[in-house]
Amino acid sequence: MARAVTPRRKAVNTALAWAVGLLIFFPILWTILTSFKTEATAIADPPVWLFFDWTLENYAVVQERSDYSRFLWNSIIIAGGSTLLGLIIAIPAAWSMAFVPSRFTKDILLWMLSTKMLPAVGVLYPIYLIFIQFGLLDTRIGLTVVIMFINLPIIVWMLYTYFKEIPGEILEAARMDGATLREEILYVLTPMAIPGIASTVLLNVILAWNEAFWTLNLTAAKAAPLTAFIASYSSPEGLFYAKLSAASTMAIAPILILGWFSQKQLVRGLTFGAVK
Amino acid sequence: MSFRTSLGLASALAVAASMAAHAQTPSGTITIATVNNGDMIRMQGLTSEFNAQYPDIKVEWVTLEENVLRSRVTQDVATKGGQFDVMTIGTYEVPIWGENGWLVSLNDLPAEWDADDILPAIRSGLTVDGELYAAPFYAESSMVMYRTDLMEAAGLTMPEAPTWEFIREAAEAMTEGDVYGICLRGKAGWGENMALLSAMGNSFGARWFDEDWQAQFDTEQWANTINFYMDLMTNYGPPGAANNGFNENLSLFQQGKCGMWIDATVAASFVTNPNDSTVADKVGFALAPDNGLGKRGNWLWAWSLAVPAGSQQTEAAKAFVAWATSKEYTALVAEKEGWANVPPGTRQSLYDNAEYTSAASFADMTLRSINSADPTQPTVDPVPYTGVQFVAIPEFAGFATEVGQEFANALAGQQSAEQALERAQAVTTDAMEAAGY
Amino acid sequence: MATQHSRTAARLMLAPAVILLLGWMLVPLTMTLLFSFKQYLPMRGGDLGWVGFDNYIRFVGSSAFWPSVVTTLVIVGSVLVITIVLGVLLALLLDQPMWGQGVVRILVIAPFFVMPTVSALVWKNMFMDPVNGLFAHLWKFFGATPISWLSEASMTSIIMIVSWQWLPFATLILLTAIQSLDSEQLEAAEMDGAPPLSRFGHIILPHLGRAIAIVVLIQTIFLLGVFAEIFVTTQGSFGTRTLTYLIFQRVLESQNVGLGSAGGVYAIILANILAIFLMRIVGKNLDR
Repeated sequence: MARAVTPRRKAVNTALAWAVGLLIFFPILWTILTSFKTEATAIADPPVWLFFDWTLENYAVVQERSDYSRFLWNSIIIAGGSTLLGLIIAIPAAWSMAFVPSRFTKDILLWMLSTKMLPAVGVLYPIYLIFIQFGLLDTRIGLTVVIMFINLPIIVWMLYTYFKEIPGEILEAARMDGATLREEILYVLTPMAIPGIASTVLLNVILAWNEAFWTLNLTAAKAAPLTAFIASYSSPEGLFYAKLSAASTMAIAPILILGWFSQKQLVRGLTFGAVK
Repeated sequence: MSFRTSLGLASALAVAASMAAHAQTPSGTITIATVNNGDMIRMQGLTSEFNAQYPDIKVEWVTLEENVLRSRVTQDVATKGGQFDVMTIGTYEVPIWGENGWLVSLNDLPAEWDADDILPAIRSGLTVDGELYAAPFYAESSMVMYRTDLMEAAGLTMPEAPTWEFIREAAEAMTEGDVYGICLRGKAGWGENMALLSAMGNSFGARWFDEDWQAQFDTEQWANTINFYMDLMTNYGPPGAANNGFNENLSLFQQGKCGMWIDATVAASFVTNPNDSTVADKVGFALAPDNGLGKRGNWLWAWSLAVPAGSQQTEAAKAFVAWATSKEYTALVAEKEGWANVPPGTRQSLYDNAEYTSAASFADMTLRSINSADPTQPTVDPVPYTGVQFVAIPEFAGFATEVGQEFANALAGQQSAEQALERAQAVTTDAMEAAGY
Repeated sequence: MATQHSRTAARLMLAPAVILLLGWMLVPLTMTLLFSFKQYLPMRGGDLGWVGFDNYIRFVGSSAFWPSVVTTLVIVGSVLVITIVLGVLLALLLDQPMWGQGVVRILVIAPFFVMPTVSALVWKNMFMDPVNGLFAHLWKFFGATPISWLSEASMTSIIMIVSWQWLPFATLILLTAIQSLDSEQLEAAEMDGAPPLSRFGHIILPHLGRAIAIVVLIQTIFLLGVFAEIFVTTQGSFGTRTLTYLIFQRVLESQNVGLGSAGGVYAIILANILAIFLMRIVGKNLDR
């Protein structure tokens, strides 16, 4: 929607928006900058901005101490796996609630969300004992399932709100043409809902990537994702700002890049039915 | 527990075990949980040296920040999760876990590991009923580290064994501009501010419990301790001291912002290391202060390696523990990083080594500090517990951290010292009731 | 449109999600309930038998309980207010025509991608540290005494960190809602000479009601469980101990699983009270 504005007003808007945007982004920018400094420059007073001897030393130290690729791989598998698993369970459920609503649909939806309110710390012991029982501790599959459960309500809800905006007549027409239910979902509904599914996937990958309680408490060496990687760089002895920054940058970079490339998709579907 | 029998038993078993150990070389994958402290990171870096000796043992590292590590390993050992084969724990955990049967006895480590070389104070702290349940990796007491240049500028001379009153005077004289006279722990936590305050309390005649396990924060001794501490820190301490733990103070001292710092003896090698410290050549050492009551305010702690009973790889785990805490490991670090950087405080042989004592100016003071701490009789008045800066009961970590938060709140100016003491008393009493005392 | 056949199929397709979530909720919940009636001390031999409501009484009786509930509500409430107010303003700003809109939007949503642990570590060390933090440098530059944020302004600090993380989420949802607003309606109002403030109050804000309700609901769910930010920064000192953190202290630091479980049950009750309250608002909006 192009509203006519004076160039002057546009310039003011631009300046203001950029200032606010940079302010919000600044902590991340500062972390990235610091990761290229030496430990001494990192705490220099007054702070050094751009003109310092850029060094990759911190990244080398961090890589030498912890095998980044392993943590990264675990993060990718857990975030990706839990989202995929969640979709497989959530798409049929969301379809059912959106197109064949019953008296209980709204209650079920809200109940699902309320399961997210279970405080994680309160159930750590039970879950830990169950994990021991089934040999799931420090396994990617165990963690994937837990993270899937945590995010499932959000997935169902996002898909539900998205599906609801698709006119039912189209699905009905497909059915008239003799499509089975499976075909209807796979070939008619899913393609139409791609933007919604895409943003659901993105949001859930982000949430899974950043989950720091279960991923830390249910893993040891084999399945530990990037959240555990970070936990070995917080407040060690001596100066550590630069190394902490390097580790932080490594931990958030993949998801930041993914988020930036796909922000259009993310924004489009991240409405939770708020837009009518 | 008789110390002599345990020694005899230990060496006898050690001989037997070493014969058995040579028969087969252990293999398998072991997972080691450790703290992200400098010495442990160095150990992790030397894994390849371990593998040169034991090619069939694959080592997986879980290196975590102290608080995360502690809750992680405690959770695992208490539920017998079996996630770790070697755990890095301290003198607080070892007696409790050993008593519960959660740790594998290390009495059968090979003879050349030389258990008799371990300093007696450290060894007794890691032994329960004659069984050694953990091997000390490095050990520490606490002492005064001070800036010789600033002390001279202030026209004062640090005695070898200062009193608290002298510390106060010196702190006053050294505080100027960007330099804070004294840096002490303020960050809440049983292993942070409460380690300092409990040990300090000992030298003021205070104690956690009387002989009937009644909390003692309503006594004059505790009031004196806390008031003295608050006075010191608010007048001569750095800003935001209520958030400063060991690491924060270390970095302040290394940047030359502290006149004095009373903390772990291991810090000595960090503050005298010219690579990290801007004041490396201007640091002096003295015993922790006292008040003439017969107890000094120094603690005793040993970061140790233990093998949990749930481990499936006991032999391989023991092989690693023996390697990482051996004299050979010390020599290896000395060769690679210099003598000043070897893990200190565990073995007499290290302090008999002229190369070490000449490279480490702090060696003598460290040994004297460790030897002057007595976990079995930590306080002026008798107590029913062992431990200098902790009380070796399972509930301690929980309530001491809450008590620590009360004192940190007071230091941050959110409540008065009296209020903090009142609440500390209430928290401790309540927790002891819940534990059934 | 639903035939009997498709209705059955629909039930079947809904079943896996419902059954799995039910299991995920009920199994740990039942175990938590069981533990909460027991003296359960892993460090002292584990399960020491039934104790009735002792744990419940002790948990509420502790001087830390009510303050922790208040702290929880203050954090949730403040972050909601801050993110929604700033989110609306930011969304209005981003909706204006400007150069480089895409890039600005990227900058604004970036904090949402940062893991809570990392953001807490970065804020704590590199900004709020009273000696080496950027804020301290800034304060000194203007000749002021640096604030030790995490102890002197502990709640403000935590709320700041958490708000920073959640502002992008609120902004995004509100922005999408604003963009869906009929621009003709706005222009008509503008022609009629309605001042900006009244246009905002009469057209934009009512239109945003639904989006705000959604933001409140989703954020509340996540904010009730805020943990990493506190664990990394203050560890519950200086009046920042939330109910979640109190439970953590009981379960993990004190190793009193019974007492902690009772706390967990209280937390569930609190969450559900809030939930019912929220569902009323949002549920109404979902019907529209």
